[in-house]
Amino acid sequence: MLLDAHELHISYGDIRAVNGVSFDLQEGELVSIIGANGAGKSSILNGIMGIVPLRKGSIHFDTDEITSLATHQRAKAGIRMVPERARVFPRLTVYENLMAGAYGLRKRIKIAKQIAWLHDLFPILKERNNQPANTLSGGEQQQLSIARALISEPKLLLVDEVSMGLMPKLVDQVFEVLKQLNRDHGLSILVVEQNAMASLKISHRAYVLETGTCVHEGRASELLEDPKVKEVYLGH
Amino acid sequence: MSAYLITIATLIAIYAIVVCGLNVIVGFAGQISLGHAAFFGIGAYSAALLATKGGLSFWTALPCVIAVSAFIGLLLGLPSLRVKADFLAITTIGINFIVEALFLYVPFFGGALGIGGIPRVMFFGIKLKGLAFFYLCLFFLVVVILICWWFRRSWAGLACFALREEESAAASMGISPVRFKLLAFVIGTGMAGLGGALYAHYIRFIAATDFAFPVSILFLSMVVLGGMGTLWGPVLGALILGALPEIFRPLVDYRFLFYMVLLLIMIRFQPGGLLGERSAVRRVLASIIPGAHQ
Repeated sequence: MLLDAHELHISYGDIRAVNGVSFDLQEGELVSIIGANGAGKSSILNGIMGIVPLRKGSIHFDTDEITSLATHQRAKAGIRMVPERARVFPRLTVYENLMAGAYGLRKRIKIAKQIAWLHDLFPILKERNNQPANTLSGGEQQQLSIARALISEPKLLLVDEVSMGLMPKLVDQVFEVLKQLNRDHGLSILVVEQNAMASLKISHRAYVLETGTCVHEGRASELLEDPKVKEVYLGH
Repeated sequence: MSAYLITIATLIAIYAIVVCGLNVIVGFAGQISLGHAAFFGIGAYSAALLATKGGLSFWTALPCVIAVSAFIGLLLGLPSLRVKADFLAITTIGINFIVEALFLYVPFFGGALGIGGIPRVMFFGIKLKGLAFFYLCLFFLVVVILICWWFRRSWAGLACFALREEESAAASMGISPVRFKLLAFVIGTGMAGLGGALYAHYIRFIAATDFAFPVSILFLSMVVLGGMGTLWGPVLGALILGALPEIFRPLVDYRFLFYMVLLLIMIRFQPGGLLGERSAVRRVLASIIPGAHQ
């Protein structure tokens, strides 16, 4: 098992955002966590990355327990995140953003080769190479954020609400890229999404979250057919 | 050059060294510091003590002075790991007052009388004064600028910039916030210590008030005016704010009012500073010299 999260509890002061959620992810899998706004999805990803502390629970990654590691140590273990709203480094150029993603890896990866591959994947980034990231559109920033995570050849990619604020055509494109990365490169991906339809379509499995607890889990194809899930999350 | 001009130029060069250090902390790593004068003072006092009580020459004392300033900078940089922006500003102000009080009330530091009789810098048996001492300061300023230039292009610099822009995103890329914030504090306060040593051996009489809180405001004004995070901004800021009080001598009592108004105007109209991205000066430069925007 690549990622095993057991009984995660996350609180902000008195507010309990996540209440005992457990899930796992096998190597090569694409798994979604879906749910409405405020269900605790982003808290879970931030908890895995170590950006918010866990109140209770444990996380194992690649057989090692990472629960007590700092964020940057988890990143070094091979986890990368595409944060909500991209969080590119606004005043750094596109190129510098990518290089920051490759920080500390110059001996392990061939940076020039990775950049050439990412330019193939997202041609717009090549065009914008020397522009500050804050001059990019929302969609371009999302692409940069994904590329910045991918440059490190992560073992696990966490993707937080990548569809937020993008036009529908771009959402499809971005999800297509994630599907490709999973299928063609065997990249393990955990997607957290409000756009349940788009993410279920590309996922193997999914967990459905409601106010901090997991209410359904199963194969994505089955959840797409499930009448209850359909009614609440897919708008049918 | 007249002696008067040399004096102004020497002080500006020393300020520029100190302010380049502040720029590493504030501009490169994005950690606000309103107590930089404390480290300028720590450098000056350690240089003065090592020279007068320790009997060491400027050159043998200098590595110790820089090490002491940087080490205390490391210790006092620790709060930056816990507190954010506004609290860090207040913490650093507090540090400035504590350091100033220690200089003022501890007899070892000379108390209210300060430390006098600091010898001139010797260089191969020659006493450096006037123009020669100015060249020495200029030499160290060039060294400091080269370090900043190298830092901006290094992986460590990129890591600091990334932390400044988006701390949690940078951490989730394997960049340790602890290591690089402290690195910025060590480099920045080390430079302040160097400036302090030069100041002590130039003025040759130092007292606690030379390193009081308003001096920190002056340093921060220089960084903001010139352009936070740029290479030449701190030098330009030191040049302008170092020369202005001399040009407007009669208004010298109002200079802190002037600095405050200047800070507000800069933050409102040119937040990137004179040499910041998309600043008016940069646009003019770019129109005169093609490719100068780099």
